[in-house]
Amino acid sequence: MDLENQKRVKELSEQYGPENIVVLLGAAEAEASGLAAETVTAGDPTFAGPLTGVQLGLQTYHVCEEIVKAEYDSAVYDEQVSMMEMVLDIDEITSEMKGIRDQYCKF
Amino acid sequence: MNSVIKGTGYILVHTPDMVMQNGTTQTTEKIVNPESEYLKAVPNNLRNFDTVVSYYPNQTYIGNITPDELANIEAPWYDKTAPDAKRYGKFGQIMPEEEFYILMQTCDVFDLVKLDKEFVAANKASFAANEIISEDIVARVNDGVEYAEIEAAVNNEHAEPLYVKEKLVGCIKRAHDIDVNLSAHVMLENIVAKASSVLALLHAVKNAGIQKSDVEYVLDCCEEAAGDMNQRGGCNFAKAAAEIAGLENASGADMRGFCAAPAHTIIAAASLVSSGAYNCVAVTSGGCTAKLGMNGKDHLKKGMPILEDMLGGFAVIITKNDGVNPEIDLSILGRHTVGTGSAPQNVITSLVQEPLQRNGMKITDIDRYSPEMQNPDITKPAGAGDVPLANYKMIGALAVKSGELDKADLKDFPAKHGLVGWAPTQGHIPSGVPYIGFACEDLMSGKIKNAMIIGKGSLFLGRMTNLFDGVSFVIHANTGAEEESSVSEETVRSLISSSLRDFANSLLSQED
Repeated sequence: MDLENQKRVKELSEQYGPENIVVLLGAAEAEASGLAAETVTAGDPTFAGPLTGVQLGLQTYHVCEEIVKAEYDSAVYDEQVSMMEMVLDIDEITSEMKGIRDQYCKF
Repeated sequence: MNSVIKGTGYILVHTPDMVMQNGTTQTTEKIVNPESEYLKAVPNNLRNFDTVVSYYPNQTYIGNITPDELANIEAPWYDKTAPDAKRYGKFGQIMPEEEFYILMQTCDVFDLVKLDKEFVAANKASFAANEIISEDIVARVNDGVEYAEIEAAVNNEHAEPLYVKEKLVGCIKRAHDIDVNLSAHVMLENIVAKASSVLALLHAVKNAGIQKSDVEYVLDCCEEAAGDMNQRGGCNFAKAAAEIAGLENASGADMRGFCAAPAHTIIAAASLVSSGAYNCVAVTSGGCTAKLGMNGKDHLKKGMPILEDMLGGFAVIITKNDGVNPEIDLSILGRHTVGTGSAPQNVITSLVQEPLQRNGMKITDIDRYSPEMQNPDITKPAGAGDVPLANYKMIGALAVKSGELDKADLKDFPAKHGLVGWAPTQGHIPSGVPYIGFACEDLMSGKIKNAMIIGKGSLFLGRMTNLFDGVSFVIHANTGAEEESSVSEETVRSLISSSLRDFANSLLSQED
């Protein structure tokens, strides 16, 4: 994850409390989603950014996961995300995200 | 009147030592984790010149292997060797690091690039023998300086070192003692961009079959900024490169827009020619050292060599319609506007579907799309997937959503309307433009009737806006020479004189 974004996630968590933060991802690949999810839960796996060694354990989801989709107005979702739903490997992304949450999420 | 693409130049520079010295992944690691295993492993995992020449995607970039031929080679490609690979191709060349350092020195007009005299003596002949380097550029090579002078500049004056196989052979000095905009680091990035732009321009001019003196205007679209503390992005890399390339009759200016800049700039160049402002405009860009080894950690983790060891550059020559070469159709421009939004669906709609619909065309009416042409060998191990393929899936999915394509045909859409990626991950370099050279050939041969070039840019990186960006344009086969104007000069003259006569008569009648 971009170093500046790591900094922003860290600052927002400090400002509002990590239990009140949900990180919503839109990466096109399961692996990229997993890396970002790992960064905001277990810490930066590349050991380069402000979240290195910082285990925030935030709640994090991919926008194409069913549990997130259910929260949206279906018309808005259709307009904004349905094309990508057709393109992405949703099962793989969901499994990757769930794996990270089960392992590292604190909330 | 549409303008035409008269020729293209595509160049790569092999810069293995710059990976360690100037790539931001490595320079960041040196700051935050200087003893890391990664930094220790980098030097042993760099490719040599012969390996990068015989790397399939590089042969495609310089024009020796077509994208369709590349698609038939099973990926990954990094562990394969292209037979009969050559450093020169029909679009350009792959330059070794040694020659490039000398080219950088010839592009430096402020005596900032210092090369070891023994290094110059050992490499000047091969530089002079380079097929595209003209005598006027060879004449700019100086004899170099003593090694001790370079060592002192690096150790005491913050000069940026230049290495070959980890041996110090030169440096770039800072251009100001205080101004960070003229630091050795910035000067290195800018001189690299300028030198690789010069190389691309030389090839493009040659491939277009024009004289250097024919170029009237140059537009640069690289990702660097040149200036001092009073105008940090003053720029004009275009004119600076045109000077060294010998384009005596050219003026120029720069355009920026992150990775979307090349597409923006080609549209601007085509407009300048179509409007009649200039007869011949060159669009050019050099490469970016910061992105060298950007995904190096992932490559090493997966047992691969560092694949981001190449600088990229390109140039496109755009002229008035000659009735032969492919036209840039300015009536089919896609625009990501301020109000478009950043969801991929909105982006693809604005760049692909909207301009086509406006012209009564369907997504399937475009034979070939060239969006972000990153080499998947580089991006897949880093978790970013196959970027061109993802784009084709999105374009195809949009066609399905709007009823222009059967869902059953979606899986065939990428192979039918797309290309595999072969460009180095230099940001702006992969962005739509790598296909223009081959597209012109495919249009001239009748293999395809049109192609859409799509440039996209992530503006949020500059922290000025969260907006996404992108533009697209269509090139098609020449529709035959068009008349420059439906009204001849003679007709205009006669209309004016007739009006003046009427006016004079009316004045006379008033006096009466």
